[in-house]
Amino acid sequence: MPSPRYWREIPSRYRLEASRCGECGRVSYPPRHICPACRGANLETMDLSHEGRVVTWTVVHVPPTDFLMQAPYALAVVETPEGARMMVQVVDCDPEALEAGMPVALEFRLIRREGRGGILCYGHKAVPAYPIGDAEEAEMQAGEMEVAHA
Amino acid sequence: MREVAIVAAGMTRFGELWGASLRDLFVEAAQQTVESAGADRVDAIYVGNMSAGQFVGQEHLGPLMADHLGMAGVPCIRVESACASGGVALRTAFLEVASGASDLVLAAGVEKMTDGADVTEVLATASDQETEVYHGATFPALYAMIARAHMLSHGTTEEDLAWVSVKNHHHGALNERAQFRREVTTDQVLGSALVSEPLRLLHCSPVSDGAAAVLLCPLDQAAQYTKTPVAIRGAAMATAAMALADRRDISFLDAVALSGAKAYEMAGIGPEQLDLAEVHDCFSIAEICCIEALGLAPPGQGRHCARTGETGLGGRIPVNTSGGLKSKGHPVGATGVAQVVELFEQLTGAAGARQVPDAEFGLAQNMGGTGASSVVHILQAV
Repeated sequence: MPSPRYWREIPSRYRLEASRCGECGRVSYPPRHICPACRGANLETMDLSHEGRVVTWTVVHVPPTDFLMQAPYALAVVETPEGARMMVQVVDCDPEALEAGMPVALEFRLIRREGRGGILCYGHKAVPAYPIGDAEEAEMQAGEMEVAHA
Repeated sequence: MREVAIVAAGMTRFGELWGASLRDLFVEAAQQTVESAGADRVDAIYVGNMSAGQFVGQEHLGPLMADHLGMAGVPCIRVESACASGGVALRTAFLEVASGASDLVLAAGVEKMTDGADVTEVLATASDQETEVYHGATFPALYAMIARAHMLSHGTTEEDLAWVSVKNHHHGALNERAQFRREVTTDQVLGSALVSEPLRLLHCSPVSDGAAAVLLCPLDQAAQYTKTPVAIRGAAMATAAMALADRRDISFLDAVALSGAKAYEMAGIGPEQLDLAEVHDCFSIAEICCIEALGLAPPGQGRHCARTGETGLGGRIPVNTSGGLKSKGHPVGATGVAQVVELFEQLTGAAGARQVPDAEFGLAQNMGGTGASSVVHILQAV
């Protein structure tokens, strides 16, 4: 893939730029031109917070070529407090320790070196918001997030 | 719209067919089909193909295939909707006959996957490149995330998934054109290598070569070509959000439900009137999601059906009597047409050891990507 393709995506990949629909409030990540929920075209740009929770996940044992050295790795759909969802790797933890609802922080990372050209591809990966096993603190934080949602 | 019939069907064996090229495969299936109807010319051809451009570096399949079938001059169109390419080619052919624009139309599907391309990366192009593949997603990884979501919502287990593979291999062992004509046990499935947790190798359909074709004409002209036509009563397609992250319920396939509902309405029947179904079991979890979305099992209960025998031969609603994508093989562009070849044989009483007795209504459901596109056909013996 040529590099302009990556350059175009910098706002969403580097800054977690999303869009919020001025009609129905739906948050889309990456940003869209038309709201997928209501077809509203009045969308404003916003930055997502760098935290979220695991919705569903897998551990990839047979990876694409560019990710050979990373396997096995955890890949998850993560939902941010704004309601946006994104697919990201979950790193800095045992991939077998993932759970639904697990709180994560989104950190800027190197995703891969692409093909022979070796273009460096950046973006975000999720890391556990708390050390795995520190259930008490995670639970306390979970309660706070729910309050914040309400 | 005119009533439309299928009057002939043909397909190659599915498997690693190293001696056959993309064009060889198409010509074998297409020629079988037109020959059995005694037709030496058709009005139009639709070829379902996902990615010859990436698999073998060949685009512009329309003229290539018409030429090699000895029918240069005939309009021939390549149709792409990832793994649903074959089903969508059939629906397009159906619309051309139903509309009155053409009388005799060939719908085919073909894929050549074993010529050395990086199959995992080619298939991944049917998911969202920018938001999924970029982060290291493969197709098994995406379906594994659907499986995990289904486990979280409905209590589905790895053993439930394994039973789908066991059932479909049991069916495929009876199909002489299947890639894997052998039984597997739940222990073998659960002991096979992890591909993307919780999916293992024997939860995944294989990499295959193959082609399939069916011939369509108006129902009132069918007698010219066969004594045993099969009517197409429903033909519907739907789409859904491309990326898993954009779906509100990752364990439910909206496009499958929508295409199924439209096809049932068009056919004037409900799921309880079906005698059998071929659904898109590219991974074991997919069959469970599809039978739920099509109303063949109550929501969240699809996980039990293979184990209890409800969806096996002799059961309440046999699903994937051909062996499905799992055992018969999954040459992606050919799959949707091959499902309909199985229904044609079942509804004309020609399915041999796999025959569902007195089958009248059959449904075929074929989907692309992680279910972002889905096409459903409902056929009736006449």
